[in-house]
Amino acid sequence: MKDLITEIWESIRRNKLRTCLTGFAVSWGIFMLIVLLGAGNGVRNAFNSQANDVATNTVQVGGGRTSEPYAGYRAGRRIRLTEDDMTRIKESFPDIVDDVTSTTSVQLTFTYRGIHVSGGLDGNFPSRKDMDKIVILHGRYINDTDIRQKRKVVVVPEKVAEKFLDNPNVPVERLIGKNIRAGKVNYKVVGIMKSDETSNNVWLPAPYTTVRDVYSKGQYIDELTFSFHGLETEEAHEQFEDGIHAVLNARHKAAPDDRSAVWIWNRFTQNLQMNKAGNILNKALWIVGLFTLLGGIVGVSNIMLITVKERTHEFGIRKAIGASPWNITKLIISESVIITAFFGYIGMVLGMIACDILDKTLGQSSQDIMGMTIKIMENPTVGFDVAIEATIVLIIAGTVAGLIPALKASKVKPIEALRAE
Amino acid sequence: MIDLRNVNKTYFGAQPLHVLKGIDLHIDKGEFVSIMGASGSGKSTLLNILGILDNYDSGEYYLAGKLIKDLSERQAADYRNRMIGFIFQSFNLIGFKTAVENVELPLFYQGVSRHKRHLMAMEYLEKLGIKDWAGHYPNEMSGGQKQRVAIARALITNPQILLADEPTGALDSKTSEEVMTLLSDLNRIEGVTIVVVTHESGVANCTNKIVHIKDGIIGNIEENKEHRASAFGVGSIMK
Repeated sequence: MKDLITEIWESIRRNKLRTCLTGFAVSWGIFMLIVLLGAGNGVRNAFNSQANDVATNTVQVGGGRTSEPYAGYRAGRRIRLTEDDMTRIKESFPDIVDDVTSTTSVQLTFTYRGIHVSGGLDGNFPSRKDMDKIVILHGRYINDTDIRQKRKVVVVPEKVAEKFLDNPNVPVERLIGKNIRAGKVNYKVVGIMKSDETSNNVWLPAPYTTVRDVYSKGQYIDELTFSFHGLETEEAHEQFEDGIHAVLNARHKAAPDDRSAVWIWNRFTQNLQMNKAGNILNKALWIVGLFTLLGGIVGVSNIMLITVKERTHEFGIRKAIGASPWNITKLIISESVIITAFFGYIGMVLGMIACDILDKTLGQSSQDIMGMTIKIMENPTVGFDVAIEATIVLIIAGTVAGLIPALKASKVKPIEALRAE
Repeated sequence: MIDLRNVNKTYFGAQPLHVLKGIDLHIDKGEFVSIMGASGSGKSTLLNILGILDNYDSGEYYLAGKLIKDLSERQAADYRNRMIGFIFQSFNLIGFKTAVENVELPLFYQGVSRHKRHLMAMEYLEKLGIKDWAGHYPNEMSGGQKQRVAIARALITNPQILLADEPTGALDSKTSEEVMTLLSDLNRIEGVTIVVVTHESGVANCTNKIVHIKDGIIGNIEENKEHRASAFGVGSIMK
């Protein structure tokens, strides 16, 4: 082993410039691979952390329009969900569904000391706090007493509160206990919640019963939101969704397989699809990176061919004094692998440094686009697994690069090589 | 030691060239033989076949009792390594290796350990009187020194035969004489079987037996114990 390394070192030392130039191509290839994968990871992480704001095991259901005539009704009929649908869902899937809540909302203008903000007043249940992972900064969320007593209370998003106070020096919790006007009715602020960064719509949660009665909504509700458990596969989720369609369609006299009579938004499958998209992105980046690396490999292969040509005479001598074809093959392939691995590692280290720089710059900044705060990247680095995969790729690449030159070298005929002088 | 029976060799090119036309040759252990002939006579081809560097078309070649025919490359390499020592006209040392590393190389392919083969190589260099040059590269040495390194490399595996292809071709007459004296001493004192291919009669005259080859067939074989075969060869090598 030591002898082999000595031999290779002797050979590389004789062609320093050539080896370095070729090595650069390999370094560049692996550098690009690492940076691409790191950036890809960053985008995925940023995506995921935004998606994590909501619990993944919740489903939202709302009324839609029928797409086909059924039971004597024409197509295009509007379906409106009612409170009875809540209980029906609970009864139909007792093993899967945990907690069903309904939402009813109105669009209003909110006013506080002459400052107007338009938005929606969301009649919600207390359990929505966990389902939507709402973060309360000050005060509290809607509670059961609010629901029971139909209190006129409201929770204000941080950004809206800042707007109302109109003074950055006044802390937002000052708003708690104050009354804000929603349309023609006053509501008392009981809590300040963290604003939803992924949407530029303003929603102020209030007790469901209050909104229902104040705005005469009757039995009609806008959305059903419920949490569930125990479904692992995509198929199980599809079955569950089909079940929901069937139950609700039957109640509203729509065709059992009409998928537009009610809409279902399942966050779990949404997430699953996002993961899939992420995986595709990852694969695409690998392919781009590998093609970049391919350029480097061709370079190494080319250089090794020249080396073999130059060393034909030497290989002839070696064969004459007893080197087998495999001895020669081994020499060339090892040289190729060592050049590739050495320069590849340099590229990998530089790539990881670049990822780190990316993390410290782009990874720390976020941008406001149309009122939404979007992080472009979060933690854009590659893991230990990628380092190992890249090492394997390098060794394979080196072997492939050395293969043709090595076979050529092993086929050197000693008499011809010795005559070649 | 060497037994050739009706060996034929044809090079198939644009025009087929029948180089060896049925060679029968017998060389015993401990002989010191030269093969002489003009260029194109087939003497180099014969040496290549003897050295298992080239194969032949028909006939039989036994080396130390083993039939050398249709060998795999690996096996041929192994036989060359263990049974044959080569000395070339142009020395064929590896330029980026020192003298001692060049001598070590055949042992490297036998898998001898680093330390042991270094000791052996130094021993052989000492025997050939160039121990002080062990750490030098070939381009720092004279022709005679280089050929001594090559001889050390050929001897280190303790081969059955030593094949020398124009060993003095690149040397001046004084050095040529030294090299030939060295070879005959090796033959006389150590009993090494040596086959020298040459077109110089003076070189051939140093050997004990001269095989004349002409147009691919063996002409006469002279016994030359008195070393008087060549009119020019007596006492010195004429250049």
